[in-house]
Formats: sequence, C-alpha cells, structure tokens
Amino acid sequence: MTTSSATLNPTALHHKPGLLRNQANAAMTAIAATFATIAVLPLIFVIVYVLIKGISVLRPLMFIELPPPPGLEGGGIGNALIGTLVVTLISCIFSVPVGVGGGIYLAEFSQANKFAEFVRFGTNVLAGVPSIIAGVFIYGLIVSTRVLFGNSYSAVAGGLALAVLMLPTIIKTTDEGLKLVPQELRWGALGVGASKFITTMKVVLPAAVAPIATGVVLAIARSAGETAPLIFTALFSPFWPEGIFKPMATMSVLIFNFAIMPYEAQITLAWAASFILVVMILGMNIFARWISGFAKR
Amino acid sequence: MTFTTHITDVPDEQVAITCDNVTISYGSFEAVKSVFLEVPRGKVTAFIGPSGCGKSTVLRCFNRMNDLIPSFSLKGRIIYEGQDLYEPKVDPVEVRRRIGMVFQRPNPFPKSIYENIAFGARINGYTGDIDELVERSLRRAAVWDECKDKLQESGYSLSGGQQQRLCIARTIATQPDVILMDEPCSALDPISTLKVEETMHELKEEFTIVIVTHNMQQAVRVSDMTAFYNAVAVEGGSGKVGYLVEFDETGNIFNNPQQQATQEYVSGRFG
Repeated sequence: MTTSSATLNPTALHHKPGLLRNQANAAMTAIAATFATIAVLPLIFVIVYVLIKGISVLRPLMFIELPPPPGLEGGGIGNALIGTLVVTLISCIFSVPVGVGGGIYLAEFSQANKFAEFVRFGTNVLAGVPSIIAGVFIYGLIVSTRVLFGNSYSAVAGGLALAVLMLPTIIKTTDEGLKLVPQELRWGALGVGASKFITTMKVVLPAAVAPIATGVVLAIARSAGETAPLIFTALFSPFWPEGIFKPMATMSVLIFNFAIMPYEAQITLAWAASFILVVMILGMNIFARWISGFAKR
Repeated sequence: MTFTTHITDVPDEQVAITCDNVTISYGSFEAVKSVFLEVPRGKVTAFIGPSGCGKSTVLRCFNRMNDLIPSFSLKGRIIYEGQDLYEPKVDPVEVRRRIGMVFQRPNPFPKSIYENIAFGARINGYTGDIDELVERSLRRAAVWDECKDKLQESGYSLSGGQQQRLCIARTIATQPDVILMDEPCSALDPISTLKVEETMHELKEEFTIVIVTHNMQQAVRVSDMTAFYNAVAVEGGSGKVGYLVEFDETGNIFNNPQQQATQEYVSGRFG
C-alpha cells in the first residue's frame, strides 16, 4: 500500500441517508411540500370545478340572449357580458389617468415630500379596504344623492366604485415601475437640455410602459370580478343596457343573483357566467404576464 | 492647509467657465471648498484626483446637474459668458442646452439610434434637416460607420463603447458650447477608450471640453490643461472635504508640479 495517511476514505464524501441532519432535512422537505400542495389544491379545485360545471352548460346562443323570466327555460347572459365590459371600461376611464398621473407625481415630481408620503400611505390603506366599502362610498356619494342628472343606480356609479378599487394598484405599479427606470436615463435627457416634463413624458414613461401596463391589466382583472361594490351602485337589470346612467347587469352580480334562485335555468346561467368570468380573468392575468415579460427583453 | 488662487490674467474671451470661490455642500457636509478656476475656451481641461475629492461634483455644477440632489447647496459663483449660473432667475434647462454632458455609464435612450440623436435636436427646436444632423453628429463622434446600416435599431444593440460614442453624438447634436464628460471611459475597454479619446481630439476644434478622469494617462493623452483635486480630513469633523490643489497646463502638472501633493499623486504614490 502506497496510500498515505492523508488520503480520504473513499466513502467519506458520499451522501449518508442515515445521518440525523439528512433525515431531518428529508422530513422538513416533505412537510413543506405537503403544505404547499394543500395550499394550492383549493385553487385548482375551484378553477377545475367551475370550468367543468360551466363548460357543460355553455351554449353559443348564451352570449347573445337575455336571461329568461323566472320559471322559463333557456336564455343567456348577453346583457351581463356587455354590462361587465361597459362598467370595466368606465372604471378604466376614471382610474387609469388618475392612477398613472398620481404614480408619475409620486415617482418623478414629489421629491419625497410630506404630501407624497401621505399619498403613499393612503394608497396602501386603500389597497386594504374591503371592496364593499368602495361600493358604500360611491352609493353615499353618487347613488343616494342622485347627482348624475337625477339618476340613482347607474353603470357610471358602478364604474366609479371599481375605479376606487383599481386606483391603489395602478398608482403603486406606476410608482414602482418608474422607480426602476435607471437614474442615468433621466440625467441623459436632462443633459441634452430636456425639461423635466419632456424627460418624463418622452424618455422615462416609455421606458416604464410595460410595468405600468401590467399594473393596469392586473387592476382590471381584479375589478372585473368584483361583486360587492356593484350590488348597490350598478345594481342589476334583466334587460339590455339602456345607457350608462341606468342600472346595468354585470356578470358578477348576475352570478350573485341567479346562483341562489330556485330555478334551474337561472342556476345554469350562473354557472355559465362563472365559467366565462374565470376564463376572462385568467386570460387577463396571462396577458399581464406576457406584457411584463415583454419588458424584461 | 493653503488654498491657492488660480485666477490668472487670461483675457475674458478665452475663458469658458469661471469658478469664483465655489463651495459645494450636501446638507451640512461640505464636499468641495473654495475652488477658484478658469476653464479655457476651445481646449480640453481634465479634472484628476483621488476618489471623493469632489472633481465630479464641481463638473456637475457646470450644467446644474447637482440640482437633482435635494440637499445640494452652492456658495460662490460659477460664471459662464458673464452670467452667474446659480442666479435665481437662471433656468437649468437653458444652461444644459449650452453645456451638454456625457456620463460615466453609457445611457442611450431606449429608442432607435436615429431617435437618440434626433431627440435632443427636436426639443431644442432644430429646424434643419434632421437626417443630415444625425449623420453629421454620428460622424463627428466616430461611430457612423458602425451604425449607418442600423439607424432604426435600438441604441442598446450597440456595444458599450459604441453606446458611449452614441451618447457623445447625442450631446453634440444639440450644438452645445461646452461638453462635460464625467469619467466617460471608466466603463469601457481599452480599445473603446482609445476611440472615445480620438473623438475628443476631433471635437476640441469646436467645443470646450471638461473631462473628469481617474486615468492619469488619459489626462496626459487628451487634455491641454489639468486641474488636480485632493481631499483632506476636516478639523474636528467627520469625512473629508475636497479642494483644488493645482491647475496648470497638463505638461506642467505631470512633469513640473508646484505642489507636493500633486507630485505625489501623479507619480503614483497615493490616490
């Protein structure tokens, strides 16, 4: 044997499953994996259950028909589909300019003053406010006071309630997205004699458009599925939309109203609406991921 | 500690920027103290010195870039064309249109190469042929051959050295009077550095250039005048305050410096 005493035992570096630390490691990994599975199961079950229940009752005509009067068969959710699109569009018209503008102010112009701190704090609080509070707020502000040309419940009121919910997300993602833009880029623009306004509009904002768009899409995805703020703002209507100052049906309120009715046709429609809503929101989230992936390139 | 006065008797029309007893502070902390300096017109002036001596700070005051730092304050006067740049009525945007800046890291806009050049010209109300201006600026910055076939591609598609020359082209496209360069080659490899230096030689015919550099050989290669800054510990305070030690022709600074500190720095004994 020429092996010197310094040579390692050939198995010294091998993995030994019998050691206490290796067993503890395996046990902890198993526990973490179990809880992770339990955490994700409800999510998968809900989506799969809604998809299966919904797709089995889906008919192409559902997209263009009105819900039937109680007791009758058939019908569709065409009015709620249009209503959701209209109310969401109205909420975007209010929340996107205000939210993006607020985010630009916070990130670019505020210079971390007291007011900006207050707005950031307020935004965080607003993000945690239950959605029904947004509904109550708009109800008290617009619906009960009939300030919109004497109309009470209306699509505009519903859109405003959703806009309140979307604001914190949009302000925050705009603020954070602009902070990610390298400072050198601002210096570069200022260095060639651009004003603060031009620098922000022409250089900084285009560089942050992907995270901002992601935030807007995520905010839409969240608000499109909200029920509570719409129940007493946009209310509901079994008819085609009559205008943005009149009550309007939306998918989420349709599900809320129909799922608890004792009629088979209405329950079927609620399942179909659930399916469409889930697919829409899933699609929005995938779209948001696609946009943010766009930014990384 | 002695502060030497460097105001010389050169006629006014040969001076581009004058520092008259400039002291720059961030909050209560003094970064640079009592700088007297006359940057000559149509020449390359280099600022050298160890880290933290305030050379970049002084440079950034020449086009009011330090305004972006909230705690910044300046005492004394910086005079350009007979105007104090820090008078309350002065608009920093107007200053920066005449005194352009190239930064340490290449920072092209996330736009096409063409738009990178055209941006500054448009916002400055340039009425001539923008195509021609883009070509002229890129040629002057010695980067035309590398990007003439891909003007519509993103500025980020260029290499680091090409990006930096694109940034120089962007700066000269706005037709400034003075170009400030804050360690323009510190993020570049030696070959790109040489190309940027060649560009500087081309440009000094027409522009006054002030360059901050950590690289003493670079100062020797590109500059006509050199200012050496140093930092000293403050008596009874924390931190260091920068000051201008010596300002002279580059040859004198490197071969025949008048101050002990300069001698030690240029011979590589500290810094």
